[in-house]
Amino acid sequence: MRKGKLYLVSLMMLLIMSLFLAACGADDAETSSSEPSNDSSSNTDSSTTDNSSSSTPQVLVFGRGADSVSLDPGIVTDGESFKVTQNLFETLLNFGEQDTTINPGLAKEWEVSEDGLTYTFQLQEGVKFHDGTDFNAEAVIKNINRWKGGKEEDFYYFNSMFKAEGEDIIKDVTAEGDYTVVFTLSRPQAPFLKNLAMSPFGIGSPTAFEAAGDKFGDNPVGTGPFKFTEWKRNDSITIEKFEDYWQEGFPKLDKVIFRSIPDNSARLNELMAGNIDLADGINPSDGKTVEGDSTLQLIERPSMNIGYLGLTNTRAPFDNKLVRQAVNYAIDKQAIVDAFFEGRAEVAANPMPSSISGYNDAISPYPYDPEKAKSLLAEAGYDGKEIELWAMPVPRPYMPDGAKVAEVIQKNLEDVGIPSKIVTFEWATYLEKAKNGEADAFMLGWTGDNGDADNFIYTLLDKDNIGSNNYAYYTNEEVHSLLIQAQSETDENVRNELYKKAQEIIHDDAPWVPLAHSTPLLAAKAGVNGFLPHPTGSDKLHNVSME
Amino acid sequence: MLHYIGKRLLHLIPVLLGMTFLVFLIIRAIPGDPAQVILGQQATADAIAALRLKLGLDNPWYIQYFDYLKGIVTGDLGESLRTRQPISSEMWPYLAATFELAFFAMIIAIIVGVNAGIVSAWFQNSWFDYLAMVIALIGVSMPIFWLGLMEQWAFGIQLGWLPTSGREEVRDPVTAITHFYLIDTLWQGRFDQFIVVLKHLFLPGIALATIPTAIIARMTRASMLEVMRSDFVRTARAKGQKMFVVVYKHALKNALIPVLTVVGLQTGMLLGGAILTETIFSWPGIGRYIYEAIGFRDYPVIQSGILIVAFLFVMINLIVDLLYTVIDSRIKYN
Repeated sequence: MRKGKLYLVSLMMLLIMSLFLAACGADDAETSSSEPSNDSSSNTDSSTTDNSSSSTPQVLVFGRGADSVSLDPGIVTDGESFKVTQNLFETLLNFGEQDTTINPGLAKEWEVSEDGLTYTFQLQEGVKFHDGTDFNAEAVIKNINRWKGGKEEDFYYFNSMFKAEGEDIIKDVTAEGDYTVVFTLSRPQAPFLKNLAMSPFGIGSPTAFEAAGDKFGDNPVGTGPFKFTEWKRNDSITIEKFEDYWQEGFPKLDKVIFRSIPDNSARLNELMAGNIDLADGINPSDGKTVEGDSTLQLIERPSMNIGYLGLTNTRAPFDNKLVRQAVNYAIDKQAIVDAFFEGRAEVAANPMPSSISGYNDAISPYPYDPEKAKSLLAEAGYDGKEIELWAMPVPRPYMPDGAKVAEVIQKNLEDVGIPSKIVTFEWATYLEKAKNGEADAFMLGWTGDNGDADNFIYTLLDKDNIGSNNYAYYTNEEVHSLLIQAQSETDENVRNELYKKAQEIIHDDAPWVPLAHSTPLLAAKAGVNGFLPHPTGSDKLHNVSME
Repeated sequence: MLHYIGKRLLHLIPVLLGMTFLVFLIIRAIPGDPAQVILGQQATADAIAALRLKLGLDNPWYIQYFDYLKGIVTGDLGESLRTRQPISSEMWPYLAATFELAFFAMIIAIIVGVNAGIVSAWFQNSWFDYLAMVIALIGVSMPIFWLGLMEQWAFGIQLGWLPTSGREEVRDPVTAITHFYLIDTLWQGRFDQFIVVLKHLFLPGIALATIPTAIIARMTRASMLEVMRSDFVRTARAKGQKMFVVVYKHALKNALIPVLTVVGLQTGMLLGGAILTETIFSWPGIGRYIYEAIGFRDYPVIQSGILIVAFLFVMINLIVDLLYTVIDSRIKYN
């Protein structure tokens, strides 16, 4: 039996050794140091740009939560697609670096007529698309006509922004010479310029989209600082420096690789292991870990969102305004922000964040006042029936941990005598059921598209949007007429007053409990410079460089 | 033999047909509208209605089902609602990624599991036996996502030995030919990349192999114990054969049948059951592909994806049944 024992021990050793060797036997390219681990000596990658300088190519690996759907910005609606197209395409106008002010883009100047119906744009000259096609007035017209002629389900954003009651807001687009484009509108549209700056309206090469048809998204061609290289679906998208980019000295990077890493913790692990350079979707609870690591930097995205608890206004007990107000007094918003947003959020008073023009700062959040809540409930004759409290099943920037926040809300409600049961569904089901008005109280949120008040208040709380984004089924005729008026009011001051008035009424009606405006977090290696995250979530990377 | 295989393949048709029907009904029974999900939270009712029309979602279900069957018969797996890509061309890279990972995991599981089971049976009630079975119990009960994150933390961040996500070093991407990266890199003589790909396989491979390893070890042990008590083993020992030869030559062959069954079933499970591992390790495989399709209510992808996985599952079982005859000549299929 001694031989047997010997065999047993040697087998164990063999197993342990083989695991150990396999783990550390290969070369050490993936050390956890912060130097880039691309092996320049054996770089036979055919798509590497020909750098005249002798330095190694600058490659940024950007880790994110999901893959893009398509790279044709006109047909998609998801942020992960825009994150990439924002760097391949350019829009006529740009948002500010970290705000939603209007700045020149492919159009260097513009004029608006007195009646707000004619917009004349002077275009940048000498701009080329990645395929060598010239950018000019004709290219702009072809893009607009492509979106206009497409079906609503194809060019969703174009239709949602530039159509009203089935009518085209952009009546006509004409060229005056090669570099002047004139838009004629059928009615004034206050956020017209802001809309044009949105990612979906990136100008594509007519040569390319006419040839590719609906396959344009597989081989996108724009005028942006980077051009498309390769897409391994569900894995990575590679874009590289466009040598003929019209803005001298940009981009600073040679290549950007967007990697899909679905799990938030796994993404942070990859960053800490040095395999990616930049990661978005960092949990607030991991913020301190990143700050405590000298090889990393924590980056805050300017907030342009709202997380709220919607109260379905057509269902008892929330069909009674007093009950809705009571719930607003009952919930301790500050405690939620401190506990689950790690303080990286501001308590919300209105349905939109304070950075948006037209925000009413005379309104303050309902204070935490359980006694007031109880007396309102008594006044309303609330019967003490249990309600369903819907908890969000997925983390979102505006709601990092739906389940935990729901537990706090449940306790707050219980304290004032509203018993509740927490329920949750898979995300697609959750949205569907909430949209059908099947929830009593539900958590949800919104990230703005263009930094305009209309994109928050009208989109989320106007009666026109019941059955789409007005999940609370809130209807108020006075609010509706204010919002419709504001849509075509071109005088900024008058328009802001209309929104302020609407917010007052909404505050009193209390269709929701506005909870928080969060500051979404990203993290990067210490050597990543010049990265300015944009509140819309679509980041331009032309100015990013790496040490 | 050929007759038997032919019969088995014919039997597949009603099985797979029934499965497509079930999957078709189930995914349509869950709430959530693909058009809504594709257009996102911003969608208007008109846009959703128009998209439903375009996608053929407003046809009665039986018409949708027959359209789908018609496509399959002609080899057309349909088009993804979300990416608008033909599924047959979209699917292969995901399938290859999962194959590579599943086979890697299964090889680990067989080598470790079978040997641990044999040694446990050979030295029944020894410290090794107890240790191996306790580890097997832990292995079966350990949540994969936790194990995966711990592996990443230990081997990726703390020790820096192994990469923690994806299939390749993205700064030096593999040029895909077959989409089996181990084969592709060797094919192109890129041994440096081959090593990198192998390293990427390690952590998800171990995470995925944990459960089958434990199951195979327990099965091998039980089966070996039974064989070791049989007459022929005693005879072999009495004839003065070395214990090693007795165990690995005579006993193992007879103990392998139930083990093979478990291996077959587990391989099938790995193909569809790799969702958690693929998510944690950002592995672009078929499990994650189908899982994400469920989130987006991408009906054609769910249907075709599950169909392919089911087909592979039954094929693997067929292969296992045929292997029985190789191992045990008393088994014959007539």
